[in-house]
Amino acid sequence: MRILIIEDDIEAGLFLQKALKESGHTVDQAHDGDDGIALARDGGHDVLIVDRMLPKMDGLTLVKTLRAEGVRTPVLFLSALGAVDDRVKGLRAGGDDYLTKPYAFTELLARIEVLVRRREPQETQTRYQVGDLVLDRLSHRVTRAGEAVLLQPREYRLLEYMMRNAGQVVTRTMLLEKVWDYHFDPQTNVIDVHVSRLRGKIDKGFDRPLLHTVRGSGYMLRDGTI
Amino acid sequence: MALSEPVDTRLASATSSDRLRGFARLLATSAFRVTAITVATFVLTAAAVVGTLFWQTNAMLTAQVLRGLTQERLAFEDIARSGGPGAVQRAVEARAGPIMPGASLLLLQEQGGSRRAGNLDAWPTELADKPAGGAFHHGAGQPAAGLPLRLPDGTRLLVARDLQDQRALIDRMRWLFLAGFGLLSLIGLAGGLIASRLMLARVAQITDTGAEIMAGDLSRRIALSGGDDEFDHLAAHLNAMLARIEQLMAGMREVSDNIAHDLKTPLSRLRSRAEAALRTPTGESAHVEGLSRVIEDADAIIQTFNALLLIARLEAGAVERSAEVFDLTALIGDVAELYEPVAEEAGQRLIRGALPPLRVRANRQLLIQALANLIDNALKYGTPAAGRAGEITLTLAVVEGWVRIAVADRGAGIPAADRDRVRNRFVRLDQSRSQPGTGLGLSLVAAVARLHGGTMLLEDHAPGLRVVLVLPGTVLACREARP
Repeated sequence: MRILIIEDDIEAGLFLQKALKESGHTVDQAHDGDDGIALARDGGHDVLIVDRMLPKMDGLTLVKTLRAEGVRTPVLFLSALGAVDDRVKGLRAGGDDYLTKPYAFTELLARIEVLVRRREPQETQTRYQVGDLVLDRLSHRVTRAGEAVLLQPREYRLLEYMMRNAGQVVTRTMLLEKVWDYHFDPQTNVIDVHVSRLRGKIDKGFDRPLLHTVRGSGYMLRDGTI
Repeated sequence: MALSEPVDTRLASATSSDRLRGFARLLATSAFRVTAITVATFVLTAAAVVGTLFWQTNAMLTAQVLRGLTQERLAFEDIARSGGPGAVQRAVEARAGPIMPGASLLLLQEQGGSRRAGNLDAWPTELADKPAGGAFHHGAGQPAAGLPLRLPDGTRLLVARDLQDQRALIDRMRWLFLAGFGLLSLIGLAGGLIASRLMLARVAQITDTGAEIMAGDLSRRIALSGGDDEFDHLAAHLNAMLARIEQLMAGMREVSDNIAHDLKTPLSRLRSRAEAALRTPTGESAHVEGLSRVIEDADAIIQTFNALLLIARLEAGAVERSAEVFDLTALIGDVAELYEPVAEEAGQRLIRGALPPLRVRANRQLLIQALANLIDNALKYGTPAAGRAGEITLTLAVVEGWVRIAVADRGAGIPAADRDRVRNRFVRLDQSRSQPGTGLGLSLVAAVARLHGGTMLLEDHAPGLRVVLVLPGTVLACREARP
């Protein structure tokens, strides 16, 4: 994946670049809004990581301008401004996701991969399959090895999200945001409890577990080990 | 402290230079300036009116004298016509008496200009080419009015009258008026001085109090005179403002104390963990373990910091409160659904009590967070005494126009004496701090309530604690939604 980082803090930018390269991505960097928008216009990037507060042109204006010009590259906003209202502003300006500094690198990586995946045609698929687990989006039926799995509506949505992003790490915060549309730090392990219930329904009694816990980051649905 | 420069405004002082300075200050007051301007305007206007009056009176009196002189001139014309050349001279000599105030003045002059008879020495220059006559001065500048008459034999006669009496009258009146104006101005200015002295005393009181407050004593207040005048109103408002500032300052001090305590503690823990990991001789595995503990600590600090920032923003009103209209009942149901499995794992039951349908206009994410905090708290601290079933009950009601969202548990509750205290940031009654948490949960709920114009109540659930998020009826999106 080719990623453009637009971030004025050089040290933070270099750290991010190094970590993303280690994860196998190609990384370009810009340190202010003007350079950033020029590089982004050239296209060829799979994801833009944009800091909200940038010299010369702030992140919101930059993304608004790109969107007005028809550049559709997915944008992940990074910002120290983390209140609910700031997030809404970022998404309204044309951002696809919003991450508050300081963040865990695993969180950022998971979100980037989901952002890129989202552009692929999967979105319109009516049927997701991971191993012998099948989710039919038209009939809302879930089967494992041909046997019906009965899920609560929220469990269904949780599974649907994880199947759409099968093979990707999804973090607890991502699940809380995308499945519940909640934007806060729960002080208890609410998400873990929901995931373990789902696991009880889809993996219990089968030799090959599909729902894996990725230590230190989140979860992954995948046929096989991680 | 740079701000504590003493400001001395007291007027009473011993030395004369101080007194002089005090007087100068008095003259510089706005009250005195207003009085001075008023007095000056009054005096100038009055002077213009009185001046016009004098001028008119003088002209009228002179005209009256001239009319009298016309009669006299007619008499002389008669004498000239009927009495022959010497008759006029005789008549003049007979009538010209000594010059005194109000006396008749006469001058008969030869064609060449030399005096033939009369009590005036020379023809007045003011009347040199005025055949209709008018006012002039004679002798040592005394005022007079006269009419000239040319006689058939070529001689000139001036019939005139001294006007010293008239001038004396006008002068006396003028002096009377001037003295009156002077007195009036003095009384006016003195009144202004007294008024400004009184005002200055009140202002000085306010300034003194201000100086003491600037010097650091925030508890000082301006004394009221009890007269309920505009100064009392001003002072009352300033006092209210000071009370608010003092309250905010106290809040800030408390926050910084708390930050110092609750952020420094985990920060120093983080630091010692990192140090300990570095010191461990076993090497890599210990380093990895140490570093992941450091990250955990950092995450906890970030969480505390985020909560603090959010509370600060809520209290500053920097967050939109009526962001959207939504179904509050559904929201409570959703949050309950999120927590039901967690409650079960914890051996408690999350019960949805009475939840009448209600739509509100409020900040949805903040209400979710507040509710989540309350349920989190109930899960952490609402563990019932052994042998009893744990129940967390969520209810929604509209009571007397207030929306009440209540989360009640069956735990130990909070003693009435501690209920006020737990609203404060970082207060955790559990001194051992065995449960994870920032200690900001209830403060955040209270801040969310305040942002929406409501409040947070802590009630006795007998046994247990009931926390009620009370929102004003104005958040209701539609009235008919009320049960």
